[in-house]
Amino acid sequence: MKVLVPVKRVIDYNIKPRVKADGSGVETAGVKMSMNPFDEIAVEEAVRLKEKGVVSEIVAVSIGEPKAQDTLRTAMAMGADRSILVETDVVTEPLSVAKVLKALVEKEKPDLIILGKQAIDDDMNATGQMLAGLLGRPQATFASRVEVADGAVTVTREIDGGSQTVKLALPAIITADLRLNEPRYASLPNIMKARKKPMEKITPADLGVDMTPRLSVVSVAEPPERKAGIKLDSAAELVSRLRNEAKVI
Amino acid sequence: MTVLVYLDHEGGAIRQASRSAIAAASQLGDVDVLVTGPDAADAAKSAAAIPGVKKVLQVTDTTGSSELAEPVAALLADLASGYSHILAASSATAKNVLPRTAALLDVQPIPDIVAINDADTFVRPIYAGSALATVKSADAKKIITVRASSFDPVASEGGNAVIEDVALPAGPGGSTFVATELSKSERPELESARVVVSGGNGMLNEENFKLLEPLADRLGAAIGASRAAVDKGFVSNEYQVGQTGKIVAPELYIAMGISGQIQHLAGMKDSKVIVAVNKDPEAPIFQVADYGIVGDLFTILPQLEAELDKAG
Amino acid sequence: MSETPRETMEFDVVIVGGGPSGLAAAIRLRQVAPEASVCLIEKGSEIGAHILSGAVIEPRALAELLPHWREEGAPLNTPVTEEQMLYLTRNGSLEIPFLDRVMPHMNNHGNHIVSLGDFCRWLAGRAEELGVEIYPGFAGAEVLVDDSGRVTGVATGDMGIGRDGKPGDNYAPGMELRAKYTLFAEGCRGSLTKQVTAMYNLRKGVDPQTYGLGIKELWEIPREMHRPGLVQHSFGWPLDDRTYGGAWMYHFGDNLVSYGFVTGLDYPNTWLSPFDEMQRVKLHPAFRPYFEGGRRIAYGARALSEGGIQSIPRLTFPGGALIGDTAGFLNVPKIKGTHTAMKSGMLAAEALAEALAEALATDRVEPGSYTRRIRDSWLWTELRSVRNIRPAFARFGMKGGALYSGIDAMLLRGRAPWTLHTRHSDNEVLEPASISEKISYPKPDGKITFDRLSSVFLSNTNHEEDQPVHLKVRNMSLWKTVNWDVFRSPESRYCPAAVYEVADEGTDPHLQINAQNCVHCKTCDIKDPAQNIDWVTPEGAGGPNYPGGM
Repeated sequence: MKVLVPVKRVIDYNIKPRVKADGSGVETAGVKMSMNPFDEIAVEEAVRLKEKGVVSEIVAVSIGEPKAQDTLRTAMAMGADRSILVETDVVTEPLSVAKVLKALVEKEKPDLIILGKQAIDDDMNATGQMLAGLLGRPQATFASRVEVADGAVTVTREIDGGSQTVKLALPAIITADLRLNEPRYASLPNIMKARKKPMEKITPADLGVDMTPRLSVVSVAEPPERKAGIKLDSAAELVSRLRNEAKVI
Repeated sequence: MTVLVYLDHEGGAIRQASRSAIAAASQLGDVDVLVTGPDAADAAKSAAAIPGVKKVLQVTDTTGSSELAEPVAALLADLASGYSHILAASSATAKNVLPRTAALLDVQPIPDIVAINDADTFVRPIYAGSALATVKSADAKKIITVRASSFDPVASEGGNAVIEDVALPAGPGGSTFVATELSKSERPELESARVVVSGGNGMLNEENFKLLEPLADRLGAAIGASRAAVDKGFVSNEYQVGQTGKIVAPELYIAMGISGQIQHLAGMKDSKVIVAVNKDPEAPIFQVADYGIVGDLFTILPQLEAELDKAG
Repeated sequence: MSETPRETMEFDVVIVGGGPSGLAAAIRLRQVAPEASVCLIEKGSEIGAHILSGAVIEPRALAELLPHWREEGAPLNTPVTEEQMLYLTRNGSLEIPFLDRVMPHMNNHGNHIVSLGDFCRWLAGRAEELGVEIYPGFAGAEVLVDDSGRVTGVATGDMGIGRDGKPGDNYAPGMELRAKYTLFAEGCRGSLTKQVTAMYNLRKGVDPQTYGLGIKELWEIPREMHRPGLVQHSFGWPLDDRTYGGAWMYHFGDNLVSYGFVTGLDYPNTWLSPFDEMQRVKLHPAFRPYFEGGRRIAYGARALSEGGIQSIPRLTFPGGALIGDTAGFLNVPKIKGTHTAMKSGMLAAEALAEALAEALATDRVEPGSYTRRIRDSWLWTELRSVRNIRPAFARFGMKGGALYSGIDAMLLRGRAPWTLHTRHSDNEVLEPASISEKISYPKPDGKITFDRLSSVFLSNTNHEEDQPVHLKVRNMSLWKTVNWDVFRSPESRYCPAAVYEVADEGTDPHLQINAQNCVHCKTCDIKDPAQNIDWVTPEGAGGPNYPGGM
C-alpha cells in the first residue's frame, strides 16, 4: 500500500524565534530551518510500516517556497521513496494546505496519509483533521501507536488524561504525536542517496487550488514578560494565598 | 450574534476550562452550548445552571459515536447555520473535532486564542508561546478554540437555560470507537499536569529529591526537575523541564531549590502561577515567581505539607 | 565501536569545514578542475551555524574568486565609512589621531561590515551551483590514513551513541569519505588538524601558536543611535599592560551592531575572565550609549590564531593540506582573517588541481606546490610585513607594543630586518592563583550586561543530551592537583559558555562539565594549563546555531 506524508519546513526547534522589530512577524532570514519535528515522526512511522512490509511506497509532500525541497530531501533520506513539492510563495494555512493535499490524494490515491499533529511555527494543529473532513474519510489524531491489519488501521490516540483506541477503514488520515516513535537520523549515506530520488515540482494552480489565506496577521508581538510577585514569610501564608487569591488549589 | 460552545465534561460535571470558553464566548454574543456523551443529560443539567447560557443542546449517546470526531464534527457543521462563532476550550477533544468541522464549512479555524479584540480579530500564541499573533479572520463563521488560562471561568451556578435534544448525524462512517483507557498512573503526565512540583540543585542529592513526592501527592502533581538536578543524577532525563527538556504550562508550578536559569524558565514561564522556594534571595527564579519564600527548603517543605493537610 | 560496517564514498577532494577557507577552496576547485568531485562537510547544523567573526572583510580574495560578487548578491552591504581606535581609561577614552598613518593596516577603505555567517551561507550557495556536494550536520571525527601513511579522507562521527558510549536505538554509524586529497578547513584549533599535526610533526621548527578568544554579541539598537559603516576598536582598560586584547563595535545592516571583545589567551592572570571583561566594557562611556534601549539578539564565542607567519606549521602532508585559520593565516594587526583564509583555500585548490592532473604520471602524494603558491602570493607578503606586531605586544606589554607597532608601521614600514618570536604556548604562561591579582567584576544588570547562561541561551546552542561528553579530561586527578590546587579552576572563568563548573568547592572540589552548553570556541583545548583537556567533535549538528546577522 501507498502512504502519503506531508512535511513542513519550519524554524528549527532549537532556535528561539525572534519577533521582528516592526511587529510584522517572526524573523526567518538567515535562520536555521528544519523539518517540523512532528512530521519527522510521521515520516518515521511510514518508514517503519515499510520496513514491516505493510507499506510499499512512501510519497513525501511539501507545500511552500522552493527551499522546502531541502525538507523533502530529508524525508527521502529518512526513507521516503519520492516526493512532490507544491511551490507557492503565498503564506500557507491549514485550510489551503488541506485543499492541496486533497487534490494530491485524489491523484495519488494513497491508502494512508500520515501527518505531524501540528507544526511548531503556527501551532495550528488542524491540517490532518481538515484533510480528513474535506475527503470525508476517517481520522485518528494524536497517534501514539499505529497498527495496520486486514485493510484497517487501529490507532491508539493520546487524549486528556489517558488514551483512546479507534479503528479506521482505509484510506484514513493519521496525525502523529510525540510518543509514536523516535525518528531516525538522516544518515550521510542516505542523504547522498536521497539526492537521486525523484522530486516532482508542481504549483497549487496545477491542482486548481486557491491559496488565498483566510487569516491575516495584524501584528506579532513578544509576550509580556512575567513580573516578579511577592515574597512571603511562611508556608501557611503561601497555602492561604494559593487557595484564596490565586485559586489554584 | 449567537455563539455555540462545545463543552467538555467529566461524568456530567462541566470542566472548568469549558467555563472559561463560555466566558470568552460571552464577549462575542449570546451563548448556547452543546454537550455529548453517555451522561449528556447530567452534563446538560450542569450546563443549564451556568449563568449566561441561553440554551443547552444535548446529545445522549451510548454507542461511543460521540467519542469520534467524524459524527461530532458533522453535527457541529449542521448546527453552524444558527451561529456566528463556534468555540470550545482547547482540549484534545476539541482539537480533534473542531478543525474537521471547519473543513466541512470551508473555514480556517483559529486555535488557542488568548484574547478577543473584536468579532473577527483574536490574539493567539505561536512558536510555543514565543510570540503572540493578532489575526483577523475573513471567514463568515469563526471556529475557535480557547486557551482556558487566559479567560476567567464563569460561575457554575446561577443560570437557568433551556435544554433541547439533538441527534448525532451518521457521519461518513469508517471509524469505530474501540476503547478509552484513562491513565492509571497515580502521577499525572508532566506535560499535561495541572500542578507540577519541580526540584533543582537545592535538593542536594537523589535521596532528598524524593522528599518532593509527599508534596506532589497532596497536590496531585507531576514531578519535574531542573537540568542541574538531572545532570547531577538526582532524577532521570525524562523529568527535565526546560529549553531542552519538557515545556510545561500548568496552573501551578512549584520550584523547590531551583535557581531559575533562563534555560529552565523557557520550559515553565507560561505556568499560570509560579511558586519558588530558594535560600538565595537573589535567585533569578524570584523574578518570575508570583509567590516566593526565601529560606531552607528542607524546613519549608514539611511545613507546606502540614498546611495543606490542615486545610484539608 | 561500530558493529555495522561503515559505508564508504569516494571523492577527489574532501574538505572538512564550511567556513570561508573551505568554501573558497571548494569553489576554486570546481572552477579550475570542473571534473573533480568535491565533498564538503560541516559540523554545524547548517553552513553558518558555527561561524563567528566581527566582521569587517576585505574583498580582495573574494574579487579574485568570484569577480562578479556584487551582481551575484554577496551580502556585503555596509561599506566602512568611519573608523576609530580608542585608547580606554577607566572612565575616559582617547581617539588615536592619524590612524591611517600610525596603524596603516587598520585602513578599512573599501572594506565591508558583514555577518560572516551570512557571507558563508551565500558562498555555500555559489559552491553548490558549481557542483560541490555540501553536507552540514556531519562532523569529521576521524582521520583516515592508509598503510603508507597517507591521509585518505575522514570518517564522520557515529550518531546515536549514548552517554555511556554504547549505541542507542537510533544508532547510525559514521561514514568514510575517502579522497585523493583532504583539506582541513576547521578554523582555529581544529580537532582533526590537531591529530594530523601530531601525526606528521607539522609544527617542527615553528613558533608555538598563540591565540585569542573573541566573544561576540549581536545587538539591535535604536535607529537614532545607529551609524551604519562606523567601525570602532579599543585597547587599554580594562586589561592590564600584560594582557593583549580589546573591544570592537561595528554598526551595520538594519540597526544591527556587532560588539565583541578579544582577549589574548597568553594572559597570565588566572583570575581573568574574558567573558566578564567583554561584559564590563559595554558599561564604558565610549560604548554604553549605543546599548541603551537596544536588545541583545545573539551571543557566541570563538578562538582565533594570533601567531602570524612565525607560527604557521608545515601546510602539507601526504594526502592533504591545512587551510584557513586552522593553519593560522589571521592578520592580527588588521584584525582580519577572512580574506587570508579564502586566499589560502584558493591556493590550496589550485595546488590540488595541479596534483590531481599530475597524479596519474607522478603519484605525488603531497600537494607540495601549495606552500610555494602561498609564499609567492600577496597573502605571504601581507602577513610577513606585520609579523612583528603581535609578538611585540607579548614582549613589551600593551603600551610598549603599541609604540613598537607605530614605529614598525611609520619608520620600518613592516620591513624590519628582525623577526620577533613567540616563545611560549598560551597554556604555559598562566600564573598560579596565589600570585595572581583577584579581579572583581560588576554584577550583570540584565539590561546591558548579562551572565553566562542567559548569554549561551542566545547562541541557540544544543547538543543531543544522550551522548558521550565531548570535552575529554585526560586525567581527572591532574585537574585537582594542577587546575584546582594551583590555578583555582581557570576553565570556569575562561570558558564563555559555563561548560566548566566547580562543584562542592568547600568540601570536595571536583569538576562538573556541562558539555551541552559548549559553543565550540576551543579555548579549553588551548588554555588548559596542563593540556589535559581535549576538545573532540560531538555528534554532528550539535553546538551553536548562530542566526542570520551573526
